[in-house]
Amino acid sequence: MDFQLTEEHRMVQNMVREFTHKEVIPVIKEWDRKQEMAPFILPRMAELGILGINIPVRYGGQGFDYISLGLVCEELEVADTTLRVVMSVHMGLNSMALLQWGTEEQKQKFLVPQAKGEKYACFGLTEPGAGSDVAGMKGTARREGDEYVLNGEKMWISLASKAHHALVVMRTNPDVDPHDGLSAFILELDRPGVKTGDIHGKMGVRAGSTGWISMQDVRVPAENRLGEEGEGFKIAMSCLDNGRYTVAAGATGLVRASLEASVKYAHERKAFGKEIGQFQLVQQKIAYMMQSYEAARLLYLKSGWMKNQGQRNTKETSLAKWYATDASFEAASEAIQVHGAYGFSDEYDVERYLRNSKGGVIYEGTSEIHQIMQAGYALGYRQDAELRCELPAYDAEYWQAQG
Amino acid sequence: MKIAVFVKQVPDSAAKITVENGVVSWGDAPLVINPWDEYAVEAALLLAEKHGGEVTAYSLGDENAKEALKHALAMGCQQAVLISDPALANADTAAVARALAAAAQKDGAELALFGKQAIDWDSGVTPSMTARVLGWPALSLVAAVPALDPAGKTIKVERAIEEGRQVVESRLPAALSIVKDYAEPRYPSFMGIRKAAQAQIPSWTLADLGISAPANTVETLGISAPPAREVSNEIITGDSPADIAAKLVDKIIGEGVL
Repeated sequence: MDFQLTEEHRMVQNMVREFTHKEVIPVIKEWDRKQEMAPFILPRMAELGILGINIPVRYGGQGFDYISLGLVCEELEVADTTLRVVMSVHMGLNSMALLQWGTEEQKQKFLVPQAKGEKYACFGLTEPGAGSDVAGMKGTARREGDEYVLNGEKMWISLASKAHHALVVMRTNPDVDPHDGLSAFILELDRPGVKTGDIHGKMGVRAGSTGWISMQDVRVPAENRLGEEGEGFKIAMSCLDNGRYTVAAGATGLVRASLEASVKYAHERKAFGKEIGQFQLVQQKIAYMMQSYEAARLLYLKSGWMKNQGQRNTKETSLAKWYATDASFEAASEAIQVHGAYGFSDEYDVERYLRNSKGGVIYEGTSEIHQIMQAGYALGYRQDAELRCELPAYDAEYWQAQG
Repeated sequence: MKIAVFVKQVPDSAAKITVENGVVSWGDAPLVINPWDEYAVEAALLLAEKHGGEVTAYSLGDENAKEALKHALAMGCQQAVLISDPALANADTAAVARALAAAAQKDGAELALFGKQAIDWDSGVTPSMTARVLGWPALSLVAAVPALDPAGKTIKVERAIEEGRQVVESRLPAALSIVKDYAEPRYPSFMGIRKAAQAQIPSWTLADLGISAPANTVETLGISAPPAREVSNEIITGDSPADIAAKLVDKIIGEGVL
């Protein structure tokens, strides 16, 4: 068993850390206050190649492995959750789905510009009335000749107003089991009948874009359907295996950010004649953050390793996501406690960490959903059926070849 | 043209440096490429991109120094060479300059670029001493290179000096120390990272450089931490920002800071 990151991994980490420390951390507080996404974020991530980190070079990406994606997400979320959210939707939920399920034509047409960062991508599954109950969605896609006509609304969609492409899951057959009546579509968001907008007044991820997509008689060519008709639920669940991986890695970064802020403050702040790090109850909080950081990191890295090996990782990724997001919420809350009254103000970053951490325990499967999943695996109620298209194992030679 | 850029592996600037019994320690803080050297690498890459040529990064040190070289490779340098020899373990600046000069000569470099100083010892004289050994013009504190003529063997630089900018023209080959104003260093690219991670970096010993162990000219008699200074804080209050600013100015003048 090798716990060592490769030199390549460490250099990727350092590069993203350098970017966030120089360009993001100094300004993110102001954008969070303004409740706007800094306009430079997406183009800069694109320019640096981050938006295509783990996509094969032949499809416009950088050709790194799935562990690199996790490390990038951890580093991004140390700076701000909103940057990791970009990776969750653009890469985890959309681009990786194209890699897994797309035809060669779809990869050339949609994946290549996404991996190059020329087009941004998002993912539309949740509806105003259907979140955890995916199969309860109302949005429809009706086949008419060589086209589908899409109607419905998607809600809580990260990058809805910024993305060029969305992967949306719609009901194509109302007459079968709800799980079998869904299909996935690649939707260009400039098609007639599509409207998008941002949601304001969020508790966290305020420097990010979260919005809605409305579809009214939107005509989409049949070649935009991802996978077979009726395969939408399976595709959506496989997307979550990748999205949750990015969330787990990012939440691990948020634990680290809380830990680092707490350690720094515990050295600086003095009470009763000594620095507060000397007090055992402060030490206890820091010890728990250390514990959860190391555990969360191991969980997501194992999930990344399984992806590299081409092993199904629904169970492991769910566990990593559940643990890391719960831990990030706890760590951020305790980091505020370490900071005392100052932690309660936005003069310090820890209150932003807490606000940002709350979303993670809700999106991409609430903590409760993951508990049910884990219990299901343990009790033998749940097994993962084989997919028609599995996420391809990482093959350095194939990934790095020009094609 | 061949451009040599010299980089050093140093403790991270955020490291907590301690001195105990004359021994300097930075704990378990990571070693990084000297931040000033990143500007030199950037300058070298920009010059090569504009005027043609290739850039080789050199570092003197043990195996750890390869990290700095890999950073330079990931930024875009074409080659990297480690200069490593047990006889250089405690080399002073003059001895280091002799080894670096030999490397520049061995490679046929026409430009040797350095960061203006290294953040560990901060001597800031390695570029000039290397130039002296080579017999090349030493162009220090370079903020811009408005003209470079590899065929005509001339270079014009702007030096950032206290009074402003000084424009200097010189013959090539030359040694330059680069300051921050030159250009913001680029991040390593992902493709560069892959190339760097896979690179086999050659090591040159003194024998490879064709020189014998250079003698130190400086003897370090002792190292001690600066004495701790008493610091007190005072929060200035007032009725308005203007009032607070006025009180602050009075304080600054009163304390003789300005």
